Amino acid sequence: MFEIFGIPSQALFGQLLIGLINGSFYALLSLGLAVIFGMLNIINFSHGAQYMMGGFAAFILLQQTGLGYWPALIIVPILVGITGMIIERTMLQWLYKLDHLYGLLLTFGLALIIEGVARNFYGSAGLPYRVPDSLTGGQNLGFMFLPNYRAWVIVASLTVCISTWFVIERTRLGAYLRAATENPALVGAFGINVPRMITLTYGFGVALAAFAGVMAAPIYNVSPQMGAELIIVVFAVVVIGGMGSILGAILTGFGLGVIEGLTKVFFPEASNTVIFVIMVIVLLVRPAGLFGRRA
Amino acid sequence: MLDPQSVTHAARAPLLSVNNLQAWYGESHILHGVDFDVMPGEVVTLLGRNGAGKSTTMKSVMGLVARRTGSVMMEGQELISLPARKIARAGIAFCPEERGIFASLDVEENLMLPPQIRPGGLSREAIFELFPNLKERLGSSQGTKLSGGEQQMLAIGRILRTGSRLLLLDEPTEGLAPVIIQQIGKTIRALKEQKFTILLVEQNFRFASTVADRYYVMEHGKIIDKFANSELDANVGKLHDYLGV
Ligand SMILES: Nc1ncnc2c1ncn2[C@@H]1O[C@H](COP(=O)(O)OP(=O)(O)OP(=O)(O)O)[C@@H](O)[C@H]1O
Ligand SMILES: [Mg+2]
Repeated sequence: MFEIFGIPSQALFGQLLIGLINGSFYALLSLGLAVIFGMLNIINFSHGAQYMMGGFAAFILLQQTGLGYWPALIIVPILVGITGMIIERTMLQWLYKLDHLYGLLLTFGLALIIEGVARNFYGSAGLPYRVPDSLTGGQNLGFMFLPNYRAWVIVASLTVCISTWFVIERTRLGAYLRAATENPALVGAFGINVPRMITLTYGFGVALAAFAGVMAAPIYNVSPQMGAELIIVVFAVVVIGGMGSILGAILTGFGLGVIEGLTKVFFPEASNTVIFVIMVIVLLVRPAGLFGRRA
Repeated sequence: MLDPQSVTHAARAPLLSVNNLQAWYGESHILHGVDFDVMPGEVVTLLGRNGAGKSTTMKSVMGLVARRTGSVMMEGQELISLPARKIARAGIAFCPEERGIFASLDVEENLMLPPQIRPGGLSREAIFELFPNLKERLGSSQGTKLSGGEQQMLAIGRILRTGSRLLLLDEPTEGLAPVIIQQIGKTIRALKEQKFTILLVEQNFRFASTVADRYYVMEHGKIIDKFANSELDANVGKLHDYLGV
């Protein structure tokens, strides 16, 4: 074992890994928020609850049907995404022309309802969800021990984030999305079905949250408040990155996870607040966020 | 006031027929019963002062004004209650006054954005033949980094790919240098030769006279006069009054 700045390397890399894990979830969740905000102009406050739905859906799927982690990783985002599309069609679509505040209030109310329902049926205690057999164990890298499941979370999150970025920034479908974000009326006047695109976008953003929820289940347990705790930090991440910036959400998510982890090593007292301190500084210096497009 | 016989196309069916079109922005009543026809292959120009309602007429035809009544018939199909995307699918393509180039799309993406809605649209090569400057700017990272003239060419070029045969062009020469205006005039004549039908909004009737077959004059949300290009000289005095130039 060796030391870096007087810190044992084991502790340093351990926290770096935890930072990357947290960053994986920050990135996935803030990416979903950014996609939704860009297209719907709505700050999706139920994002944490939808992440929690993902965890619970995986848990219930296992209990009721015996379908394990891998099927859940595919099925759950689709199911939860569909509930998102229903919410968009029945409720959110009436709010687009109003101030952000209305969408925020509605989705905040939805979050309370969803979390209340979960608490009612399952109580507040965390429910265990096992790491899939194929990913138990880990690798001894010499300078640290890397559990396989955690390595998988980082790789999966990076893959999903980069794919999403690629689709939005580099494909024809993404060009439709970007154009509709800028000027939905004109895109509609080219014959493109913008309302359907908006519904699918919300469904996709929600599915990302549910995907993160399934991935989180074996690490953090499944509990009704798992989303509420995380989402506060994620909103700070989004504010720092800049509302609506795709790349900003991804980079800031991973970056802040790592910064938070390193703070635990070097200055543990500040580790719970460091992200909020950065948020305040960014708001003062660059109100539109580090990657925000607004002038 | 308007004598339909003064137009020589009575025998053929119009491609676009607008009757008693009324439109509102919120509570303000902007169009008070607009009537006009566009025959297949024609270039028809709407003239009128600032605020007369020319753009509102185009946007109402295109379905971009939420509250509108009356009738907009395209090839026998009633469009008045359809959403904009279905109006586009009926074969009408729109180039807005503010051009509508997307800042978050590069030049190539802007050009390729409008989907093809029927066969027979221009190929990319044909578009670059009309607008050679565009080809040179293809690598440009942001559509809005182009000059005003290039943005106008891009805004026209991209709707030529769609296969729509009726083009609505709202003041394509506004704010552009004379050489660019000439190039746009040349383009409109080329499009007419290729049997496109064009509804043009213009304030500059000198420019319009180089491309138009017929004119309608708008004031306060109504058509107040119309004449053919051959009658332009006889109407110049009146036009100066109408347009206040
Ligand atoms: N979005 C809007 N909301 C409210 N009023 C509007 C809106 N757009 C236009 N108007 C009003 O409608 C009237 C007609 O405007 P319109 O843009 O159709 O005129 P125009 O003939 O195209 O004029 P210009 O030559 O300046 O482009 C004007 O009085 C204008 O102020
Ligand atoms: Mg106008």
